[in-house]
Amino acid sequence: MAAKKTSKKPNVSAEELLGYYREMLLIRRFEEKAGQLYGMGLIGGFCHLYIGQEAVVVGLEAATKEGDKRITSYRDHGHMLACGMDPKGVMAELTGREGGYSGGKGGSMHMFSAEKHFYGGHGIVAAQVPLGAGLAFSDKYKGNDNVTFAYFGDGAANQGQIYETFNMAALWDLPVIFVIENNQYAMGTSQARSTSTPDLYTRGEAFGIKGEIVDGMNVLAVKEASEKAVAHCRAGKGPYVLEVKTYRYRGHSMSDPAKYRTREEVQKMREERDPIEQVRSMLLTGKHATEDDLKAIDKDIKATVNESAEFAKESPEPHLDELWTDIYAETLPQETA
Amino acid sequence: MATELLMPALSPTMEEGTLAKWLVKEGDIVKSGDIIAEIETDKATMEFEAVDEGVIGKLLVAEGTEGVKVNAVIAMIGEEGEDMSAAPAPAAAAEEAPKVNAPAAPAVATTTAVAFTPSDKTPDWPAGTEMKSMTVREALNEAMAEEMTRDENVFLIGEEVGEYQGAYKISQGLLDKFGEKRVIDTPITEHGFTGIAVGAAFGGLRPIVEFMTFNFAMQAIDHIINSAAKTLYMSGGQMGAPMVFRGPNGAAARVGAQHSQDYSAWYAMVPGLKVVSPYSAADAKGLMKTAIRDNNPIIFLENEIMYGRSFDVPVMDDFTIPFGKAKIEVEGTDVTIVSFSIGMTYALEAAEKLAAEGISAEVINLRTIRPIDYATILESVKKTNRCVTVEEGWPVGSIGNHLGATIMQEAFDYLDAPVINCTGKDVPMPYAANLEKHALITTDEVVAAVKKVTYR
Repeated sequence: MAAKKTSKKPNVSAEELLGYYREMLLIRRFEEKAGQLYGMGLIGGFCHLYIGQEAVVVGLEAATKEGDKRITSYRDHGHMLACGMDPKGVMAELTGREGGYSGGKGGSMHMFSAEKHFYGGHGIVAAQVPLGAGLAFSDKYKGNDNVTFAYFGDGAANQGQIYETFNMAALWDLPVIFVIENNQYAMGTSQARSTSTPDLYTRGEAFGIKGEIVDGMNVLAVKEASEKAVAHCRAGKGPYVLEVKTYRYRGHSMSDPAKYRTREEVQKMREERDPIEQVRSMLLTGKHATEDDLKAIDKDIKATVNESAEFAKESPEPHLDELWTDIYAETLPQETA
Repeated sequence: MATELLMPALSPTMEEGTLAKWLVKEGDIVKSGDIIAEIETDKATMEFEAVDEGVIGKLLVAEGTEGVKVNAVIAMIGEEGEDMSAAPAPAAAAEEAPKVNAPAAPAVATTTAVAFTPSDKTPDWPAGTEMKSMTVREALNEAMAEEMTRDENVFLIGEEVGEYQGAYKISQGLLDKFGEKRVIDTPITEHGFTGIAVGAAFGGLRPIVEFMTFNFAMQAIDHIINSAAKTLYMSGGQMGAPMVFRGPNGAAARVGAQHSQDYSAWYAMVPGLKVVSPYSAADAKGLMKTAIRDNNPIIFLENEIMYGRSFDVPVMDDFTIPFGKAKIEVEGTDVTIVSFSIGMTYALEAAEKLAAEGISAEVINLRTIRPIDYATILESVKKTNRCVTVEEGWPVGSIGNHLGATIMQEAFDYLDAPVINCTGKDVPMPYAANLEKHALITTDEVVAAVKKVTYR
């Protein structure tokens, strides 16, 4: 990996580290459970797991404040958990139940939370990028200092609308951070086979957008980069590109046999670079926590996830009348503040 | 406590598969992420990973077994040192049927959502209102200016809307009046600026997106449909896109195939959108103001040839026309002619010619094509027993097709003749003047269609 390490020895409190550990572990356990429920036929359609990429959203969210917005693609469960959405509501949406964030009408790829400023959950590769710039446009129009995180993958990075958006975001100084989650595979096509130049963080340069690459398996490095990007946007200096080098352990979706890479490649990444193991070892070597402390956290997270799965199984299917609701809005649903 | 390992579904359609190979044996310790088995689906061989830590107990399905049903127990997994000899015999795990929320009343609606309430016959403005003549262009401009004054979250975005004063001068003067924060010139980048505008609407603003022509909106149609029209539904009502997509639609004159297409039927198909297609200047003004205030994505289809035509518009402080309310432009008894936008020109000319021949045509101006005012059409057809529809778009899957089907379903016994759809010809728009004229609908074709349904 070409990504830079953190510039200096991290000055991080035990509390902060434990927080990242918890948040990343929640995403991982949640996703494992989702995979299991998918295997049981309780989750249908497409289900794209975030396992391996946990440090990306957790690190980026560490630099946010209330009012900041986020929008992403269909690999979205991690983003929702990281911005504080309730695991029960997310899991129940995966099972297509009434208690889901979209009342069962959105599914894995389409969830939203007006309360947490999470704007989806989009199934068309790269469509979320101009939408994210539009969210940033609305904040600039209203004159506040909120920032929008528009997440997309290395696959989406080859879509034309991204460059249309880069141009206007730079032209109009929109407070948007373009986060390229480079997990190195666009479905089954490796980056080497899909991109003429490997350094995606330089893709904004033609538009005058500053870019940076960061080790996405290291939550502290991601957090540091996020703080820098956020400061840039909040100061009204326009957009920022962050390429976060990461790795997805599972297939593109549940039905991907992942024959385009070797098992050794995945295993090596898991053993040597795992974002959760990195924090775990920092906690233990720094004497911030004991094995028993971490075991207690694991147990706690497992209980939360099991609770969400139970809720997602117990919550009833949506009322048939719901087929006909939410097609037209009488009043403006989202806040206009 | 031993837990059951179940045969997983590994694709949206998998019902059974082959347990190709066990990669663990009884007594092995596994942790989350370890590969336990290889499973063949109809599409591929997949690796099956452990979710929980534990010791593999009994392997209940031998490797090589075909046709293993999804959710059948294939092995037991337990904690270290646990005795799993008493593990249950292999059996399909009970399928947990989700609770069904039964509807209070039958929820399956009829195939069309026809409103059976009587039509709204209130006039668009009170009798005696002062009128002034203005062009469709002026009416649209005035409507936008009034709404931008009324609500500071309304802004106009598009190509050449500001400094150039609008490619077709619809936005003339708005930049001077409202400034560059609210009248925004974009680069030539429809896909991008439409996506940005939809995002701004998610963020609580009310964008008016001008397409220089609707032909160019094809570059942006993913955002119009997938992002703007569907988000309210996908979010369970949490957020939507209150905005207007507007610009000239349909054929202008001699601009060839790529600049001469009517998109009415395309957009009319999409739930989540409302589609407006005004004819007169009064329609344009009253409907544009309603569109800007509406909390949904509106497709506002203007027509370049109509921009310069003048009509009387009421002089009122706040003149709006509700959606879903057609207007009977001419009352008649022998045939109903239904049209919208520039099609109304042919419909009205035909009605005049037919009157001279003693045929009394009732002419309905739809104005909004989603929602459609079915009540006005059906009441008219029940009176005249005949119907001809008129539009410039292509014949297959046209608005006329839909109206014909609805009339057949709801007023079959009232019909004395089949409904005829007068449409543009089923060809790309040619450039040559004579060919273009024939590609479009003509007044004579409407007259001929009416004579056919009235057996004259």
